[in-house]
Amino acid sequence: MKLKLTAVALSALMAAGPVMADLVFPSLSYRTGPYASGGIPFADGYADYFTLLNERDGGINGVAARILECETGYNTEKGVECYEATKGEGSLVYQPLSTGITYQLIPKATADNIPIHSMGYGRTSAKNGDVFSHVFNYPANYWDGASGAVNYLLEANNGDISGKKVALVYHNSAYGKEPIRTLENLSEKHGFELVQLAVDHPGQEQKSQWLQIRRERPDYVVMWGWGVMNQVAIQEAANIRFPMENFIGVWWSGSENDVLPAGQAADGYKALTFHGVGSDFPIFAEIQEYVVDKGLAAGAGDQIGTVLYNRGLYAAMLAAEAAKTAQDIHGVADITPAMMRDGMEALEITEAKMAELGLPNFGPAFTVTCENHGGDALVGVTQWDADTGTWSLISGFKPTDGDVIGPLIEEDSAAYAAENNIGSNCN
Amino acid sequence: MFYREAGDFKTSYTADNQTFPIAFDRYRYYAVLAVAFAVVPFLVNDYWVNAILVPFLIYSIAAIGLNILTGYCGQVSLGTGGFMAVGAYACYKLMTGFPEVNIVIHIILAGGITAAVGTLFGLPSLRIKGFYLAVATLAAQFFLVWLFNKVSWFYNYSASGQINAPERTVFGVPVTGANVEPWAMYMICLVFVFGSAVIARNLTRGTLGRSWMAIRDMDIAAEIIGVNPLKAKLTAFAVSSFFVGISGALFFAVYLGAVEVGEVFGIQKSFIVLFMIIIGGLGSIFGSFAGAALLVVLPVFLKLFGVDLLGWPTDIVAHIQLVVVGLLIILFLVLEPHGLAQLWRVAKEKLRLWPFPH
Repeated sequence: MKLKLTAVALSALMAAGPVMADLVFPSLSYRTGPYASGGIPFADGYADYFTLLNERDGGINGVAARILECETGYNTEKGVECYEATKGEGSLVYQPLSTGITYQLIPKATADNIPIHSMGYGRTSAKNGDVFSHVFNYPANYWDGASGAVNYLLEANNGDISGKKVALVYHNSAYGKEPIRTLENLSEKHGFELVQLAVDHPGQEQKSQWLQIRRERPDYVVMWGWGVMNQVAIQEAANIRFPMENFIGVWWSGSENDVLPAGQAADGYKALTFHGVGSDFPIFAEIQEYVVDKGLAAGAGDQIGTVLYNRGLYAAMLAAEAAKTAQDIHGVADITPAMMRDGMEALEITEAKMAELGLPNFGPAFTVTCENHGGDALVGVTQWDADTGTWSLISGFKPTDGDVIGPLIEEDSAAYAAENNIGSNCN
Repeated sequence: MFYREAGDFKTSYTADNQTFPIAFDRYRYYAVLAVAFAVVPFLVNDYWVNAILVPFLIYSIAAIGLNILTGYCGQVSLGTGGFMAVGAYACYKLMTGFPEVNIVIHIILAGGITAAVGTLFGLPSLRIKGFYLAVATLAAQFFLVWLFNKVSWFYNYSASGQINAPERTVFGVPVTGANVEPWAMYMICLVFVFGSAVIARNLTRGTLGRSWMAIRDMDIAAEIIGVNPLKAKLTAFAVSSFFVGISGALFFAVYLGAVEVGEVFGIQKSFIVLFMIIIGGLGSIFGSFAGAALLVVLPVFLKLFGVDLLGWPTDIVAHIQLVVVGLLIILFLVLEPHGLAQLWRVAKEKLRLWPFPH
């Protein structure tokens, strides 16, 4: 019903406006399946931000934004179907929220001249814009996450973690395997021992992995999980009484949905992040006024202010800012996907800009360039407080180990370029 | 009136034994082929090819493969996803190992490798049957997926464990990779479907097919009348896996382009192909096509109808789709256990008597 209302409101808005032009932002969401707990809040946040822009400002520089939602179920085949179904409508940028679908779309979207923004997921080496002309993964990627986690451990141990044992519990897929190479290099560099434990899709069965953790007694556990796997892992960790403050999840393993099922036992669990948490930002008052009170909130409207809702909001904000940048560069309001790409490549997020948008200090300031599609790779750490039921930032956005990550990105993107005969994009 | 044998005189044994003995049927078949080969390629766009036609054609090959094993030879298999993965990974290793060889040869070789693997996993069928065999093939499914995830040689040691299809051409036209024209994608699949269907149809009409069916209907009786169960069962596994392997190779190289084994070739895939042959019709080549068409088109149709036309929320439509597929399976098992193919047969029977039924 609410979606219908949104559709009615949007079409009314479009009918009333002087131009019929609109900016199409496809949302390849998943509100069903084992990963829905992550997909729903993200999709809600993504949609609500554009609704806010339309209601408050009448769109982006006067052109209405239109969300095209398509259900993928985190499934690559449906992702392809969604991509083909929506690309003809002038879709500006794809954010599939799935590493598998991102891998799928990288060559297709590049050939179709449509940009992809895989924020904190997807192919890490897409940071190298010289090879991946249409793929962006600012402000941070998986390898930054791996390095951020290790840096945090270094900090907690006064800079020395040699001889410590770190277990990586990962989703046995492209997503979960991404950080392994970086962690291996980091373990060599810092002298800690890395134990790898794979969890198969969808991740409901983890008894043997946690039994092994009990036997190996690692000092720290790092997790690369998503969807139902997170909840199960945190519950299992609680069952073997693993100290929660030594358990760190990547940003996809750190939302309310992941820790709530374990109740009090999840208190102290940590997760990485690349943006602010909580609803203590001015923008939420505006969302309340322009979106929720008007009955236009996406989905059930019960996710506002959660970690993943904020991430969806952040993704939408970056997309809208890139669209504005593109409008400025090309001097037209109704931009094409190719112009959107230029806008993303020239995107500049400053503290002042974020404050102006009602999101002061929400994320790190960064600049995108042709060579660097990945931003400045600043990673923070959050911790869950089960008593108050909130996440709080316990370590600000700090730089990651570029000495280790840089060569790995070079190597991986060079391999991709050689495999697919890709020349230099920047020169 | 039109659809009958009367007046269609056969003068040779070959003519008498052809696949479509009724003239009307034969012309319909030629018409379908003509449309598929000469008309459709000029009409298709990206959406039609990627969302409907190519998945339909590839699933048809997989369904033909499974139908040979389950429908014709009576050996229940839940390992289809795993065997498709063998085809996909074999194709990937061949594509990257021998880039100078034509992709068509690689796809056929991938089918051959899958046939060998399938025969290996078919060995237990000589001693066990029914539910127990289903469990043994289920083991194959899980083992193969685990293997392709575990051994990094299969995905050329890439960081993510994904396999990506590089660009390959047939007669200078790219058929894999990012720059594929929709018609080229459609044509390569169509050629393989056509070949597979013709081979499968003729195999099932010949000695081999008859021995499979004898084993299916009563294996002890078949053995007594001189059908070698070892040969019949293992050939069924080999031929079935060959087709399944080809479909897996096409699925990876032509359709998706990038594959992650656990997600794409999981147990879900085994079930969906099994549903296709159950709904389409066990022991029928036409049924394989009908089942594949229904299960590929149905979700797309429901989505277009529910989301785009009625404006329902996307999650409700996704849930309705699960309900509808489940309902269809139950209804078919209760009302028409032989599937869509049987409905087609009944329709043809009625047509032969029309307009004067007794």
